[in-house]
Amino acid sequence: MTAIDSIDNGVNVQALLEAREVLKGAPEAAQFTWRSTTRWENGVHTTSTVKNFFGLGAEQTHKAEASFTADHPEVFAAEDHGITPIEYLLVGLGSCLTAGIASVAQNRGIQLRSVEATLEGAHDIRGILGADSDVRNGYDGIKVTFDIDADASKEDIEALVAQSQKRSAVFDALTNPTDVTVHIV
Amino acid sequence: MSESTTAVVVGAGHAGLAASHFLTERAIDHVVLERGEVANSWRRERWDSLRLLTPNWLNRLPGHHYGGPDPDGYLSMGEVVEFIDRFAALVDAPVRTGTTVTSVRRTDDGYRVRTDRGELACRTVVIASGACNRPAVPRLSEALPDTVEQVTPFAYRGPDQLPDGGVLVVGASATGVQLAAELRRSDRPVVLSTGEHVRMPRMYRGRDVLWWMEAAGVWDERHDEVPDLTRARRLASPQLAGTADRTALDLNVLTDLGVELVGRCAAVRDGELLFSGGLRNVVALADLKMDRLLNTFDEWADVAGTGSDVKPPERFEPTRVPASTRLRLDPRGGEIRTVVWATGFRPDYTWLDVPVVDEKGHLTHDGGIVDSPGLYALGLPVLRRRKSTFIHGIEDDARDIVDHLADYLAGRG
Repeated sequence: MTAIDSIDNGVNVQALLEAREVLKGAPEAAQFTWRSTTRWENGVHTTSTVKNFFGLGAEQTHKAEASFTADHPEVFAAEDHGITPIEYLLVGLGSCLTAGIASVAQNRGIQLRSVEATLEGAHDIRGILGADSDVRNGYDGIKVTFDIDADASKEDIEALVAQSQKRSAVFDALTNPTDVTVHIV
Repeated sequence: MSESTTAVVVGAGHAGLAASHFLTERAIDHVVLERGEVANSWRRERWDSLRLLTPNWLNRLPGHHYGGPDPDGYLSMGEVVEFIDRFAALVDAPVRTGTTVTSVRRTDDGYRVRTDRGELACRTVVIASGACNRPAVPRLSEALPDTVEQVTPFAYRGPDQLPDGGVLVVGASATGVQLAAELRRSDRPVVLSTGEHVRMPRMYRGRDVLWWMEAAGVWDERHDEVPDLTRARRLASPQLAGTADRTALDLNVLTDLGVELVGRCAAVRDGELLFSGGLRNVVALADLKMDRLLNTFDEWADVAGTGSDVKPPERFEPTRVPASTRLRLDPRGGEIRTVVWATGFRPDYTWLDVPVVDEKGHLTHDGGIVDSPGLYALGLPVLRRRKSTFIHGIEDDARDIVDHLADYLAGRG
């Protein structure tokens, strides 16, 4: 048994590597569409559900529908039924980078014992309030701090964290502009 | 009835001439077709201040090496042309200059090569037309306002040619960092947009970093041993310059010169340039990769031993990134008058009417043996070895390819 076989972060890297090979020659199967539906409840309180997506040339379904409540805190004069939408971005980024770390570690034969990401997004709310037109609506910057315990050198852990950013969908979506179109039916 | 020969070599740069050398050695009848003059790209498609990245002692071709007074220096473009010209004379290569290949087609027993000066029938073709025939400029350049001058490294000769005012250099390969430094020294404000890049010191432990690449065997790594060949083949050139003072030209040096770093150029929206917020990570990746390369050198030196002039291991300052980098730049504000696209080069195979080019415009080949019997390539990135695109890297590749070609002609291929 080699060192790589004996480590287990619970990621099926073999399946991912095989998928990469297959999709190299089949770009059409690699086209995914992720979907969510948001329903207004009351005030700034909404409920979003996620169940279906499209990929590998067919409609796909998650094992179960997931439901997410968003609201704003009481300091925003709201009822705080759930986290604010911009906090969901932190959730997305943290989970994407952490999943990336587990995958890259598995591929590189690094056993992880614990990984914890702490995310902080600096946000000047004068933008969304329209108090100052020079202030942007979104984050000024996001800081991610990883605390990783693994069988690896400091350099190898740094490389893991760098590679997970390089291959992260959410990191890319937040750091690079994306074309967003909004329609009314 | 058109003329016929056994082998046609397309391109009389160092690669085509090296192929000619080995074909002659094996008495294989051939011609070398050249659209311009010998070493044409070096003559016409390079900027004025460019010097070779490799030190002179490393510049060798089959039976030909640098014999001048400055083995540690770097050749200017004029000197490279002389070096290759001398090699052409030495090889006595059957070069036909001013002959542009317009089409290569398969026939029952080989290929038909059409040129602007007539046709040739042949059994085999060696494509040595280079890897950098056209500058690759991203599509988003089309969305820039007309007030901005756009230049590629093919058209760029020197700072004087550009309008006064600020310059955005896009791309941090050897080309990008060299042009950013030169333009900054011409007293212009310079912004450098940086995606993934390859950082290297010029000197390591007292020797040229390329001495280490050769000595530690990194350059000899074969294409079938490279872990991620696709990535290796599209890697940017290392941030190096062949300057007399043999100093580094990394992002820290550029920052000290007053060049402003921004992330990868991601989009132009409503006339405004948008840059990635991921600069810090591409810089971290480059620093980590450089350190890994230096570890390779040190590990090799520990085992092999080195001369007494080799200094102890050293590590370099991590790349400094400003606390916050600009994410947008509006060229209509007048801050930037010129954009220089140092975003790489592509080969041109529009003349090749054989279905061996993939959807991204790259040749389908295995170590230079193209996916069509009797068709070969030379001088492409990591063609057979990591050193394949360097002048000294052509000898081993050309020998291997001509060996295969000779076997093919003899019915053994």
